[in-house]
Amino acid sequence: MESTSRKFSSNAREALGDSQLQRALSNVPSGFVNKRAKAAAALPEFEDLRDKGRDIKNHVLEHLDLYLEAYERRVIEAGGHVHWAASAADAQRIITEICQAHGAKTVTKGKSMISEEAGINAALERAGITPIETDLGEYIVQMRGETPSHLIAPAVHLNKDQIEADFRRVHDHLPKDRVLEEPASLVREAREVLRSKYLAADIGITGANFLIAETGTSVIVTNEGNGDLTQNLPKVHIALASIEKIVPTLEDASTLIRLLARSATGQEISTYTTFSTGPRRLGDLDGPNEYHVVLLDNGRSDMIGTEFQDMLRCIRCGACLNHCPVYQAVGGHAYGWVYSGPMGSVLTPSLIGVDEAGHLPNASTFCGRCEEVCPMRIPLPKMMRHWREREFEKHLTAKSIRSGLKVWNWFVARPELYHRVSGLAAKFIKARAGKRGRVSNLPFAGGWTKHRDLPSPQGKTFQAIWKERQKNG
Amino acid sequence: MSEKRKPRVGLFVTCLVDTFRPSVGLATVKLLELAGCKVEVPEKQTCCAQPAFNSGDSKSTRKIATNVIKMFEQYDYVVVPSGSCAAMIKIHYPELFTEGSGFRTRADELADKTYELVSFLSDVMKLKDTGAQFGRKVTYHDSCSGLRELKIHKQPRALLSKVDGLHLEEMADADVCCGFGGTFCVKYPDISNDMVTKKAANVTNSGAEVLLAGDLGCLLNIAGKLQREGSEIEIRHIAEVLAGETHIPAIGETDQ
Ligand code: SF4
Repeated sequence: MESTSRKFSSNAREALGDSQLQRALSNVPSGFVNKRAKAAAALPEFEDLRDKGRDIKNHVLEHLDLYLEAYERRVIEAGGHVHWAASAADAQRIITEICQAHGAKTVTKGKSMISEEAGINAALERAGITPIETDLGEYIVQMRGETPSHLIAPAVHLNKDQIEADFRRVHDHLPKDRVLEEPASLVREAREVLRSKYLAADIGITGANFLIAETGTSVIVTNEGNGDLTQNLPKVHIALASIEKIVPTLEDASTLIRLLARSATGQEISTYTTFSTGPRRLGDLDGPNEYHVVLLDNGRSDMIGTEFQDMLRCIRCGACLNHCPVYQAVGGHAYGWVYSGPMGSVLTPSLIGVDEAGHLPNASTFCGRCEEVCPMRIPLPKMMRHWREREFEKHLTAKSIRSGLKVWNWFVARPELYHRVSGLAAKFIKARAGKRGRVSNLPFAGGWTKHRDLPSPQGKTFQAIWKERQKNG
Repeated sequence: MSEKRKPRVGLFVTCLVDTFRPSVGLATVKLLELAGCKVEVPEKQTCCAQPAFNSGDSKSTRKIATNVIKMFEQYDYVVVPSGSCAAMIKIHYPELFTEGSGFRTRADELADKTYELVSFLSDVMKLKDTGAQFGRKVTYHDSCSGLRELKIHKQPRALLSKVDGLHLEEMADADVCCGFGGTFCVKYPDISNDMVTKKAANVTNSGAEVLLAGDLGCLLNIAGKLQREGSEIEIRHIAEVLAGETHIPAIGETDQ
């Protein structure tokens, strides 16, 4: 996927001016935030679970190579195939080749952010293969030629009436006068349309929420059951996952599953949690004849041992997006690449370079709400600050900020001068404010006064008043 | 308590209070003295280094932090009328120095005795009632650093509940960022504007006559927005109310 992260500021401006988008985004806080809060409050051991989750992933990341090898052995023992993809291009090639070897015309797809990251749909289309997204949100987004704007709610940037219009446009074989007002009727229609596609598909591609090393199992969680149909009905199942999805045991997976649904949607557990170990065995009633796992690195192993290693604990629950006031303001697309919100602001520079995505870690007030809710206790603000440090070292920080900072630091190191100048500034702004007590515009402060007044200083500085006070005893 | 045993408090004024609203500093001194402290104000203090720290300039940050440590380590306590500057010293200064180094130890020691004003009054000095009077309906904005880095939530509410005549009306999303964020508000003015617009609406919808908070950065931001929109709501730092210093004009207002 081509990134537009460099244009973050103008993307954001556009998003703020898009009334449809703003209407859709206004549901994010009330929906996700309250539900998560309720679910967390209802589970006494929730905070302990977060510690456990963090520890499980930290342990895995310290021994990632061992667990990956163990996992690979188990998959092979169970009759599956493991493919290692160092880059997105490798993943595209591997998956296209598997599809071509089976003469596949269409593939159904379960929801997968890694597939977005690796550009699988575009690669398949280039090879003349039609990918069909089966998650409702993904299906809608694909229909519109867009990308998902949220980790778990790909179409959260859309309103119901927009989706209805798309359904009428694309499903033109259905009666024009059908009633599509209710969300439930949209779901029903999508199900019916998709049903025939499941059966026609040659291959099913899913992501994986977890890969279990002790059993060689891939796990997906969904609320629509589409993932099960995607991976069970076609003859071949390909699970595409990034390397940090590994957990040691079944027990560990269940700890993380308990955290995932609560943090994501406020559910105790997602409607469907499906474990896949190898292809269909003798006597199995269903399941694919072939089972492939594609393990994607795409820059992750380079994060290990750096100050960004903790980011690999992420289980893609979306809580940090939901709670982020910046995400709530601009939505996911403004971030300009696959991942958005706080997790995207940390991960994207790691994966596509800080030169490309340097805006993202800067577009934060460090309000800390993301870290407060992250089930894996990832210190997101701290890592955004690490990116800012790298940018500063590489001279990527905006010139205006750099020079402003230089002047500020210079004064801060010279207290007498600093106090004289701040005293003058206070008097200057107060004089400008006059009887009003505030100014509506001020040289060099356009970023502030464009949208708000600047309250006037009271006149004297505290230090000046304090000095007088000490003198007068 | 004899003069000798009074804890010596170094007041870290913060650059915003120093320049924009010295009355917050004076109210702070009054409250600290009421709580039984002896207050001193190192005159060479300037800024806590947040602008440099949050812009990724670690070298300058360390330099500024080193100066602050040297200037303030002599006191029993360091008190700051701001959650974000207090958190800078209390949480982030130690992170600036490698573990085991001399300055790390000094940063740790300073961190241990540094407090945001309201939490210091409640948690350390065990002050229950400041004896102030303010017969108004107020709402309180939790600043992000104070709330999440320093866990300040109950303390201001408890002290406000003892102010004679004061009625606290909670706004929706009191814990959501106002969009100030230091340099953020000038780097991303449009996003910042969206955030402060939502905050201003929540303040207004609370029905309160007065907005209080513990951080001047947030207050200047929200005041600037409310007043640009023509709102009549009065905006003050919580220290002014707790100290009974509400005769002076509120933020962005004059008595003329
Ligand atoms: S960073 Fe944390 S909160 Fe955000 S998606 Fe990942 S696990 Fe969830």
